[in-house]
Amino acid sequence: MSIHNIYIFDRMGTLLYYMDWNRQKNSGMSKEEEAKLMYGMLFSIKSFVAKISPHDPKRGFLCYKTNKYALHYYESLTGIKFVLNTNTSVKNVRDLLQQLYKDIYVEYVVKNTECEMGQPIVSELFKVKLDQFIKQQVKTLQ
Amino acid sequence: MSRQSTRLDVKKVNSELFTLTYGAIVSQLMKDYENVEDVNKQLDRMGYNIGVRMVEDFLARTNSARCNDLRETADKIQYAFKMYLGITPALTNWSAAGDEFSLTFDSNPLTEFVELPDNYQNLKYSNVLCGALRGSCEMVQMDVSCWFAQDQLKGDLATELRIKFNKRLEDAIPAGED
Repeated sequence: MSIHNIYIFDRMGTLLYYMDWNRQKNSGMSKEEEAKLMYGMLFSIKSFVAKISPHDPKRGFLCYKTNKYALHYYESLTGIKFVLNTNTSVKNVRDLLQQLYKDIYVEYVVKNTECEMGQPIVSELFKVKLDQFIKQQVKTLQ
Repeated sequence: MSRQSTRLDVKKVNSELFTLTYGAIVSQLMKDYENVEDVNKQLDRMGYNIGVRMVEDFLARTNSARCNDLRETADKIQYAFKMYLGITPALTNWSAAGDEFSLTFDSNPLTEFVELPDNYQNLKYSNVLCGALRGSCEMVQMDVSCWFAQDQLKGDLATELRIKFNKRLEDAIPAGED
């Protein structure tokens, strides 16, 4: 399993956090621009999925896949959006993202008063914990 | 790191510690602002800031799904009171349209050991709860108003917290390319 990168957005579309582990190709634009593009696409996919779905969509947009990578999307009820790019064969990424929200984001961002809500996360502890978490997942899922 | 090991179990603390800490905050605010209206406002603001964080903890712990109507929300709020304050308020006084209800409690842990001096009758002592409710609901895309309709501190028989649903909030639209 290979995890390429992660984006965390809040409800207002602010990029709270970005990290990559295994990214071979860069988009050739600044991180801010890339984040805007990403958020715009997610927003469009979400409304597209909601409109085009023949059933009442319960969970909405979950992921998409190209022949090279898969993008997994998890949104908490509070509108925090987690976007994880992996290789295409990885399973159960949704559980992983949910766990990431619970065990890492809530514990080390929400419960850390140094982290202002709606501002990019600069906490070193969060960074370390997230990195540990992802590396652990990569190891156990191999 | 102790934080790691104690992470997900619910830590129980004596409610008296909480009551007294809250009392200390209110009395400090009274000293700082010397004006009941300002203190009410500050308590509401503090509550709001607590609420926007607390709701994430609540969701992470309860694995809640999105509520389909206000009654479900009311049940969740009732459960949250149990979780965070150890009391189960009654859900009463539903409005005909179903967009307003009350939480009624016989005892309020915030106001234990508390009596209001005569000249502070306008102080909304537990106003932090209103702010917390408003903050948490806002984070799950609900705009609500909360206020105390009755308060035991003011001689009423029960404490009644009234909640009114105003509207749903939507995600921000991405900024257009300029």
